[in-house]
Amino acid sequence: MSILVFIDQSEGLLKKSSFEAACYGAETAKIMGTDAQAIVIGECKEDLSQLGNYGISKVHHITDNNLQHFDAQVYSNVIFNACNSIGAEVVIFSNNTTGKAIGPRLSVQLEAGLVSGAVALPNLTNGFIVKKSVFSGKAFANIGINTNKKIISVNPNSFSINKTNNTATVSSLQVSSTSSKVEVLAVNKVTGDIPLGEADIVVSGGRGLKGPENWGLVTDLAELLGAATACSRPVADVHWRPHHEHVGQTGLAIAPNLYIAVGISGAIQHLAGVNRSKTIVVINKDPEAPFFKAADYGIVGDAFEVMPKIIEAVKKLKSQS
Amino acid sequence: MKILVCISKTPDTTAKIAFADNNTKFASDGVQWIINPYDEWYALVRAIELKEANPAISIHLVNVGLADSEPIIRKALALGGDEAFRINADGSDSFYVASQIANLAKEKQYDLIFTGKETIDFNGSSIGAMLSALLDLPFVSHATKFDVDGEKAVISREIDGGEEINKVAFPLVVSCQKGMAEQRIPNMKGIMGARTKPLQVIEAASISNYTSVVSFEMPPAKAGVKLVSADTPEELVRLLHDEAKVI
Ligand SMILES: Cc1cc2nc3c(=O)[nH]c(=O)nc-3n(C[C@H](O)[C@H](O)[C@H](O)COP(=O)(O)OP(=O)(O)OC[C@H]3O[C@@H](n4cnc5c(N)ncnc54)[C@H](O)[C@@H]3O)c2cc1C
Ligand SMILES: Nc1ncnc2c1ncn2[C@@H]1O[C@H](COP(=O)(O)O)[C@@H](O)[C@H]1O
Repeated sequence: MSILVFIDQSEGLLKKSSFEAACYGAETAKIMGTDAQAIVIGECKEDLSQLGNYGISKVHHITDNNLQHFDAQVYSNVIFNACNSIGAEVVIFSNNTTGKAIGPRLSVQLEAGLVSGAVALPNLTNGFIVKKSVFSGKAFANIGINTNKKIISVNPNSFSINKTNNTATVSSLQVSSTSSKVEVLAVNKVTGDIPLGEADIVVSGGRGLKGPENWGLVTDLAELLGAATACSRPVADVHWRPHHEHVGQTGLAIAPNLYIAVGISGAIQHLAGVNRSKTIVVINKDPEAPFFKAADYGIVGDAFEVMPKIIEAVKKLKSQS
Repeated sequence: MKILVCISKTPDTTAKIAFADNNTKFASDGVQWIINPYDEWYALVRAIELKEANPAISIHLVNVGLADSEPIIRKALALGGDEAFRINADGSDSFYVASQIANLAKEKQYDLIFTGKETIDFNGSSIGAMLSALLDLPFVSHATKFDVDGEKAVISREIDGGEEINKVAFPLVVSCQKGMAEQRIPNMKGIMGARTKPLQVIEAASISNYTSVVSFEMPPAKAGVKLVSADTPEELVRLLHDEAKVI
């Protein structure tokens, strides 16, 4: 019996959310008195033995021609075969776009109950119960898994990375795969930007910024802080910013360490996508803006006056450290 | 071409979230129910647009739910579905719900199955992928654009940090999100027509639940906002650095 963590990669580089999943798997393995192993699919540019630093004992690397690009059907078939050959009872994913596409598929194949969006380690004192985020971050549910095998997908940025100094053994695993029915015509990466779902800091702008020409106030601060940028829905709807930046109930749900909202009112549908952020800062000229109720720090003031001063102060801070 | 659109019922986005019966049930008193926004705005409206471009397309709707789902099913018919099926069960387990839908899909042999990317209440984002496994079909998740090109579908889908364009032969399962289509409101003709469109109730098959809800919890309340004067924004930067230690 073992725990298997799916390690997601993008263009040969391991994702931060994969390290979170690895740490989650390692902690779960401790609770269950077993070890955590990992599976990596496709060519990888990184040294996979580094996964030992995140609590993984053994890495199974699977490469073949059918696995050149991501396909939910092909990947979940391969992971299913790997689970059978390794004897995995619990499989861990990151609840990112890849994990969402394969975790539930694997759940059917393995006849394993799935909890997606886990925010805490499983509780084994009375069954196998996993806490997950529900109602778009407004509440939590404790879900019992009734099946022998189990799958958990962990919400990005909700489980901290605990790095140690170990090396994992890496070996290639031969399992049969099927050919993909999905042809990839193009991949368009938003180059240079930090993926919003993985960012530690996010600077976000709303309609209060009046127009796309003023977005420098958001992007300059983001650049200084190494942050990703986001926006409210109406801002994406009128094309001031690209759609993939829209956060909230109908956009992306994020949980960075720091979320800075500039000129956003804090409507309930917006909060649904950001309320899991650890620290929320709100800059809004209206003291009655609902966002202040969800904030940790705030400034009641005009963004056009306040933001340049904040940018200056951060510049100064960065030059000192 | 036959399209199946999966329609779920969720509390309105502004509904107050509270729990009853010792925190084991969602407190639904006074809650307004809507079609899950991803299902309505993106999956269903895109299916309707495809039908407007090609009248040979038929759109079936499916909901796994009790009789109280019928108003939202009628609304989906008013927007432009042709026929609806309600599988009579109150399912909260994703495998249970997906299996019920898969039974219908096996019988009707759809060319295309659309789901929303997730429900806004349980945030499972599982049903589409599970359907694709139960039916052994290709699955394209998080679609932001969908077009038909002869025998194949051309789909843009969100990936972490960008988008990917896929081409896949029918039949397949697609989960839909923002970008697919624009929100619509049903017109009078649609509303009148929906009253007589077929809505068939199917008894649920007996299927085991893989998971069950044990309890709900509310997040701990925030301590309250610490306000910094607009005259000294640099003080905010100091607090974020020294106190919150986030920059
Ligand atoms: C079903 C549904 C789903 C939705 N999903 C989402 C979603 O996913 N994400 C989302 O964001 N919204 C969503 N919405 C929309 C949401 O209800 C709000 O309309 C939206 O979030 C408002 O965006 P905003 O705060 O940018 O704009 P506004 O509400 O117009 O707020 C602008 C704010 O800027 C402030 N301001 C103005 N000038 C200045 C200045 N000079 N300096 C500082 N502050 C200033 C104002 O005081 C105001 O608070 C959804 C709505 C519905 C009905
Ligand atoms: N009870 C249901 N009946 C019909 N379709 C559903 C039901 N629950 C979920 N779905 C569909 O599956 C999608 C994803 O739901 P979920 O996996 O539960 O987050 C939804 O957007 C719907 O399209």
